[in-house]
Amino acid sequence: MTTTTLTPKSSSATTTPKQRARRPGSIRSIGDIGLYTVLVVLALIYILPFLVQIATSFKTEAEAASNAVSLVPQTFTFAAYEMLFAHSDFPVWFANSAFVTVAVTIGRVFFASLAGYALARLRFPGRGLVFGTLVAVMAVPQVVLLIPKFLVLNQLGLYDSYAGMILPLLVDAAGVFIMKNFFESIPRSVEEQARIDGAGAFRIYWSVVLPMARPALITIVILSFQGSWNELSHFIVSAQSPELTTLTKGVAALASGQLSQGTQYPLKLAAAAIMTIPVAVLFFIFQRHITNTTGGAVKG
Amino acid sequence: MGVAARASSRVGSRRTSVARRGEGSAGWLFTLPVIVILGLFLFVPVLMALWVSFSDWTGRGSPFSAGTGFVGFDNYAEITSGGGLPERNFGIALRNNAWYAVLVIPLQTALSLFLALLVNRAALRGRTFFRISFYFPSVTSSVAITVLWLFLFSSTGVVNQVLSWVGMNGPNWFNDPRGIVHVALSAVGVEAGPAVLTDADILGVSWWDWLSGPSIAMAALILMAVFTTSGTFMLLFLAALQSLSPDVDEAGRVDGASTWQRFWRITLPQLRPALFTVLTLGLIGCWQVFDQIYTGTQGGPGKTTLTPAYLSYESAFTDQRWGQGAAISFILFLIIVAFTVVQRWALRERGVAKRRMRQYRMTARENGGAS
Repeated sequence: MTTTTLTPKSSSATTTPKQRARRPGSIRSIGDIGLYTVLVVLALIYILPFLVQIATSFKTEAEAASNAVSLVPQTFTFAAYEMLFAHSDFPVWFANSAFVTVAVTIGRVFFASLAGYALARLRFPGRGLVFGTLVAVMAVPQVVLLIPKFLVLNQLGLYDSYAGMILPLLVDAAGVFIMKNFFESIPRSVEEQARIDGAGAFRIYWSVVLPMARPALITIVILSFQGSWNELSHFIVSAQSPELTTLTKGVAALASGQLSQGTQYPLKLAAAAIMTIPVAVLFFIFQRHITNTTGGAVKG
Repeated sequence: MGVAARASSRVGSRRTSVARRGEGSAGWLFTLPVIVILGLFLFVPVLMALWVSFSDWTGRGSPFSAGTGFVGFDNYAEITSGGGLPERNFGIALRNNAWYAVLVIPLQTALSLFLALLVNRAALRGRTFFRISFYFPSVTSSVAITVLWLFLFSSTGVVNQVLSWVGMNGPNWFNDPRGIVHVALSAVGVEAGPAVLTDADILGVSWWDWLSGPSIAMAALILMAVFTTSGTFMLLFLAALQSLSPDVDEAGRVDGASTWQRFWRITLPQLRPALFTVLTLGLIGCWQVFDQIYTGTQGGPGKTTLTPAYLSYESAFTDQRWGQGAAISFILFLIIVAFTVVQRWALRERGVAKRRMRQYRMTARENGGAS
């Protein structure tokens, strides 16, 4: 692997071997300068909006309007954050998002791994049917379920409750798939030994297979946490009380100006910045897991 | 395989066969939570909504009470051929979303592939930094990013200030309902469409208005979609690129193929499965535009960011026309399924076309002669 990837792979590889032999390095480095310029410009485009966001959240409202671009506030103020934490429902929104997200993540990890294990390993009548149904379910787009979900929650008396907000999110077909694929990739011999020792299916799943499934479980945790923390539409149709408002719903109301007058950009951007922090932290903790797509065999 | 396994379990030790027999109930028990929750919150709701789409339910009481009547296809007819506001709104929403998809899908696919190719090199300084930078927008919530976008694209916002540095007057993005095709045409003096296009209409929207292009406000949302999805798709392409064997590319290089030729003839064909995934996910995602509209524009300005998903929500929850709202979501579902099927067909695995084959043979012969 290393030997092949170390061969010059510059964008100016159109040169024939003869030319390359004559002027080693120089053309390569011109190509490299071009490559790095493109990369740095692109990275700036991707990062600067977030830096501007953070800077603006510490500006006064007048400065946010008059000098949007500057990355250093002329008058540094915590007014936006004070307003959010001391004089608004923001802490309630945050607590709700945290509670729902943790509950959903625990539920999904458990149910997805349980079902994934059964579909990968246990032979039972109707397994093909369950699997086929899951495939069909994955094809149903979430937004067409807004009205249906409201109808059923309303009918079951779960509308406007934590149960209504959490239960429908507890299962995610994609998560079951990820777990199923993972369990199929580990050798059967490990479980055979436990089975011969007389362990039941649940015991084998819980104390033999699950501890081995760390990488796949991390993937499920990341997906569930990010998915439920960032979820908006389901909370719109499952609750309406102010005390059940999540961050996404609260900040969306803030953004569309339902709660305030004026532009209030520092306030809105501060709220958006804080709601990004938990997923950003999760992302940086598991960064290697996420971006090193094939297990990170090659060191950069 | 199944027969052999069954046979082996029959001749296996007694204990094993006991464990095997328990598998049936364990299997159902393990999948039960998933089945119950999906059944209760996906299957049943869809059936309920199907009934509502054929009913005149107004949102009061239960849709199954005696007061709710069956109206057949009335709700569907009202949207697709009613001649009134619901039909026109649906037409506008389809127009907006179609332009959104037409622009977002190629842009996000091309950009994410480009980013993946850039950061795929093993000997790249700061590789991790670049990957993180490009992926970061993908982890943020659509609400947070919409809030940021409303600020960046406000009339005196960052984007317009940057544009002013190069002497350009940026538009008032989120308040500008003009379609970009119409804007371009008016720049060359065409202010109104020919009668052929303005007189005829589909779904209450004239041909001329169908061809308006996305509004400036929608264009800002299109840029946002590309910004937030390119990182995720970059990772998909990256995974595919890293699983490619370098030997084929090396062989191409030895045969004297240029970087450009090797990309089109060697790398891209091998990326077909990843490309298929990205295009399918992009297509499905593009017809589900809701969060951004709910948070940012609520369909405005001039209904030019109205999407079928948001219209469905608004019809039901705001206007209390539940039947129409449900009907719109079922039509939207059919649209997504239809597009996915068409795309699957268009991108199916095909034999090499004759003309192509001849090209290959010629190239092979030339290379054979050169070496």
